[in-house]
Amino acid sequence: MSASAFFILDVKGKHLISHNYKDNVLLSKMAYFMPLLVQQEEEGALTPLLSYGEVNFLWIKHSNLYLVATTLKNANASLVYSFLCKTIEVFCQYFKELEEESIWDNFVIIYELLDELMDFGFPQSTNSKLLQEYIIQQRNKPETGKSRVPPTSIYPVSWPSEVIKYKKNEVFINVIESVNLLVNASGSVLLSEIVGIIKLKVFLSEMPELWLGLNDFMIFELIGLSGSKNKSVELEDVKFHQCVQLSCFDNDHTIFISPDGDFELMSYPLSTQVKPRIWIESLIEKFSQSHVGIMVKAKGQFRKQSVANGVEISGPVPSDADTPRFNMNVGSVKYVPEKNIMIWNIKSFLGAHFGLLSMEKEDVEGWPPIWIPYFTVSGIQQALSWVCYITQSGDYQLRTS
Amino acid sequence: MTDPKYFTTNKKREIFELKAELNNEKKEKRKEAGKKVIAAMTVGKDVSSLFPDVVNCMQTDNLELKKLVYHYLMNYDCEDPDPLIRALTVRTMGCIRVDKITEYLCEPLCKCLKDEDPYVWKTAAVCVAKLHDINAQMVEDQGFLDSLRDFIADSNPMVVANAIVALSEISESHQNSNLLDLNSQNINKLLTALNECTEWGQIFILDYDREAQSICEQVTPRLSHANSEVVLSFLELLPKDSDYYNMLLKKLAPPLVTLLSGEPEVQYITLRNINLIVQIRPETLKQEIKAFFVKCNDPIYVKLEKLDIMIRLASQVLAELKEYATEGDVDFVCKAVRAIGQCAIKVEQSAECCTKVNYVVQEAIVVIRDIFRKYPNKYESIIATLCGNLDSLDEPDARAATIWIVGECAERIDNADELLESFLEGFHDESTQVQLTLLTAIVKLFLKKPSETQELVPLTTRYSDNSDLRDRSYIYRCLLSTDPVTAKEIVLSEKPLISEETDLIEPTLLDELICHIGSLASVYHKPPNAFVEGSHGIHRKHLPIHHGSTDAGDSPVGTTTAMNLEQPQVKPSQGDLLGDLLNLDLSSPVNAPQVSSMQMGAVDLQGGGLESLLGSDLGGGIGGSPAVGQSFIPSSVPATFAPSPGPAVVSSGPNDLFEFSTGIGMAPGGYVAPKAVWLPAVKAKGLEISGTFTHLQALQHMTDFAIQFNKNSFGVIPSTPLAIHTPLMPNQSIDVSLPLNTVGPVMKMEPLNNLQGAVKNNLDVFYFSWLIPLNVLFVEDGKMEHQVFLATSKDIPNENELQFQVKECHFNADTVSSKFQNNNVYTIAKRNVEGQDMLYQSLKLTNGIWILAELRIQPGNPNYTLESFPHCVFVKFVKDQMVVDVWLSF
Repeated sequence: MSASAFFILDVKGKHLISHNYKDNVLLSKMAYFMPLLVQQEEEGALTPLLSYGEVNFLWIKHSNLYLVATTLKNANASLVYSFLCKTIEVFCQYFKELEEESIWDNFVIIYELLDELMDFGFPQSTNSKLLQEYIIQQRNKPETGKSRVPPTSIYPVSWPSEVIKYKKNEVFINVIESVNLLVNASGSVLLSEIVGIIKLKVFLSEMPELWLGLNDFMIFELIGLSGSKNKSVELEDVKFHQCVQLSCFDNDHTIFISPDGDFELMSYPLSTQVKPRIWIESLIEKFSQSHVGIMVKAKGQFRKQSVANGVEISGPVPSDADTPRFNMNVGSVKYVPEKNIMIWNIKSFLGAHFGLLSMEKEDVEGWPPIWIPYFTVSGIQQALSWVCYITQSGDYQLRTS
Repeated sequence: MTDPKYFTTNKKREIFELKAELNNEKKEKRKEAGKKVIAAMTVGKDVSSLFPDVVNCMQTDNLELKKLVYHYLMNYDCEDPDPLIRALTVRTMGCIRVDKITEYLCEPLCKCLKDEDPYVWKTAAVCVAKLHDINAQMVEDQGFLDSLRDFIADSNPMVVANAIVALSEISESHQNSNLLDLNSQNINKLLTALNECTEWGQIFILDYDREAQSICEQVTPRLSHANSEVVLSFLELLPKDSDYYNMLLKKLAPPLVTLLSGEPEVQYITLRNINLIVQIRPETLKQEIKAFFVKCNDPIYVKLEKLDIMIRLASQVLAELKEYATEGDVDFVCKAVRAIGQCAIKVEQSAECCTKVNYVVQEAIVVIRDIFRKYPNKYESIIATLCGNLDSLDEPDARAATIWIVGECAERIDNADELLESFLEGFHDESTQVQLTLLTAIVKLFLKKPSETQELVPLTTRYSDNSDLRDRSYIYRCLLSTDPVTAKEIVLSEKPLISEETDLIEPTLLDELICHIGSLASVYHKPPNAFVEGSHGIHRKHLPIHHGSTDAGDSPVGTTTAMNLEQPQVKPSQGDLLGDLLNLDLSSPVNAPQVSSMQMGAVDLQGGGLESLLGSDLGGGIGGSPAVGQSFIPSSVPATFAPSPGPAVVSSGPNDLFEFSTGIGMAPGGYVAPKAVWLPAVKAKGLEISGTFTHLQALQHMTDFAIQFNKNSFGVIPSTPLAIHTPLMPNQSIDVSLPLNTVGPVMKMEPLNNLQGAVKNNLDVFYFSWLIPLNVLFVEDGKMEHQVFLATSKDIPNENELQFQVKECHFNADTVSSKFQNNNVYTIAKRNVEGQDMLYQSLKLTNGIWILAELRIQPGNPNYTLESFPHCVFVKFVKDQMVVDVWLSF
């Protein structure tokens, strides 16, 4: 029902890692993968799922690597893709970055990890924190007689193996909300949603049971506080960390025994309309057949006291643009010809607005939208001394006309 | 090994001696030493200090010694104090897929299943599945399955999950597919584990439980899980129709939408699945349409998939689509504009809005043509704008569409003749599609405004090398010169409506796919058995193709002896079939031009080209084809075509004709001598069988006719009752048409294309059987993608190929290819190898079976002898991916 082999290939299709979980996909079949991928790409019909004969290739590209799982059966596709994503996550936690070089440097441990991550094609433990307890890069010689398997290794959550005591019991809560925004050319908001994450950093002795109180509408109803007085939020699709007892959530407060250290407690999407924190307007002018000017105006729509850090505005530039010239009154602009974009960096962004313009080029076709991949609105609000609220941009796109 | 002498060694020196022996140069000595070590181990002596020496011996080609080493390893590693090592041993040993080693695996596996550490258990559980894969009998004998069942009750959720997944893996190849009784006790255990185990474990359990729908309610909290797969696995569980389901659907939409913010690959999988869900229950996601809006940095496959879903959710998305028309990616823009057109067809009020779109004029014109087709006489105001754009069009599709519109609305366009004339100037440089459309448009114009068009009509198409074009213009000329009134009726006939829904998945397939949510099948939108050999789960009925023995004598009743004799035994039906196709010249006008096929179809059936088929073409004939081709023609064919009303045949669906004429005839013989001859009529879409039915003794009149077919390979059934309303008198004959379709029950027949049926009347029931000519069952979408074709054809084993030659065939490759195409046999690729033209063809039958063929033509070699191979046909028959190929020659 799942993958029968796992491969890591470099950009040219050379095998870096191959691990056969079941004997039924011949390694020779992998030779077809790369040509197939190239061909599909040329035809513009590339999908993350390729098939050659009876072999199905499920692949993900990560930096300069292809991670490929193969199967002969009607496997559970979403399981395999989630597994591939999770594998990348684990590798990244082990080697900081997952790329060709780190594979070369660590291939022994990668094989070891692959052994633990999956057995006979079935994903096993993919919790990197837990894996790190017994798969370590420089392993000490084990003391004989004492098990190296942490007693909890087969549990989904890595609770500390021994009882920990802290002098000072502390919990840090980070509430990080990313804003996904899609605005069309005429300036009306098509899509606006918030994806929030609550991150905990826990230093508590003896693993106490914790309760989480949310100003969720539903919970207020339950405990008899109606939403009129308190600001309540309707949470639709909350996802919790595995340590949370899901069965309790629907009718109770949220109870959990927290693992030690950093972890992401919950995530929640909110489809509330928010005012876009940064507004972009663009104006495209044709001066002559081969000369086009673009004027971009960015406007901060948040309180004066707050500052947005590391604002990055990416705008599309036609692929045949030639020596674009930039003019701006704040920040710096970089032209990235390989991606056909220009990136406007503003380290700290206040409430004012800015313009930048002018590049020369030959031909104008359609103008794809402008998007802002990363920026942080550091509207930090210290409601309680140990809670920190951060707003981030998620998928933030404003289309140009 | 059980030899007693190995058990009698001295204590002190033995380790040292064994060490020396294990490192001995002679193989025999080493083997002896190995036996001694194992013997020592068996009686409980500690020989672990020999570990490095034993491992050294592994490098041997002596199987016996190797086995001993493995045995040693497993024994010692399985007793290692570290559970990690114990688990590693079972895991690794399970991966050595050598049958002979497995016997050594048994004992350590037994130990591990009784280990004290859950980590070892969970590994051992998977190892049972591995062992089952190599040696299923051993798993049975050793009672490992019971151990797995016991694990279900374990307190460690990971152990439960792995036991479950091992059981489900085993059940795929086990005769008893229900290895675990899902009683309430077991379900409770599973549910307990479900709450505690990892996301993967949850998936395993949910997947296993997919039939236990009662647990739905209890697992709803799973929807709050971060892993997409958990959500999709849950979806699979849902009962398919109930009120509860509807309630759940509301809860389901947000998690699905949330999945769309994941990695693009996960998005893609989710979108493909959503695509299925919206086809069944569009209301689930109606509120969430914004989630499918395309982001500019989405990969192309996500964009296209989102677009597809939006078309299904339609209505409010029109404005959104308009914006995509400004995107940079040309392919995407074209698809977006097409999507607008599809919306317009679906939602009437949005049509007006669509006609204003002028972003991508060329694509838009194609779309507008469809809009005109759907809502004639509504948006004629756009015509003026259109005519202004004529010069800028260079895509054949767009040009053809414009010409079609001009022809269609000729009476409203004052200068229609001038416009068409402007196209005529470069007539010979245009693509075939444009030429054909232009021809039709001119005829329409002539019929609508005869006075203005006189000079346009004597169009010189006779010098064109395109036979379709020549034929069509010939037909038009005959029509116009003989009977303009009929011509008008035909050319300007009502056009059938075009369908509203685009590429919907066929309901039965959809039902099946819904059962496979989350799996590869749901991503490919293909049933699992289309890409997996011997897949399990819900099977679609499918038929193996049988070739070769298509001797007509097999059919039980009815077919005449004359027929049998005419058909040489060595000549199976496929040969006939291909021969027929090469001969089928007449049908070319029917479906060649996409744009104006509606008018053309009408013309065609008037039989303009028919005589040519019956006459000259068959005369030369193809050696292999007379049995089906020639023998039936004289009596029945002309009658067949006379009563068929043109447009009705062309309209969509498998609107097939079954020609049935009854007469008093010549055949001597018994009480019922149904001399049934059934002729393939040449039609792209339909099945046309013509039969003569002979009756001798019946001196009284016959009434109350009815017809019924047996279950057959292609599910062919009559779609209406046999309509003979008047009594049939002696010496009288009646021609009846019986439409057929292919939605009936399916049962494999021998030979495959055998169709058995019965005609009942007031006297008796008459049984007969005949062979459906396969070519009528070829469907239009039989064009396999180039890539798929390559991949599939490579995988067909040689022994499954079928080869035969077609003689006396005076066509070149292009003609053959177009003839094939007119019969829904599509040319995928063509190349020239050593002076021979190679054509690669594919076709698909109504029941989804693919057939691939390779045709080799040696030009200029009209060879009549059998020894050489002037025209060879290799046919590879592919059934899904299972292949049945036959090699024929005659």
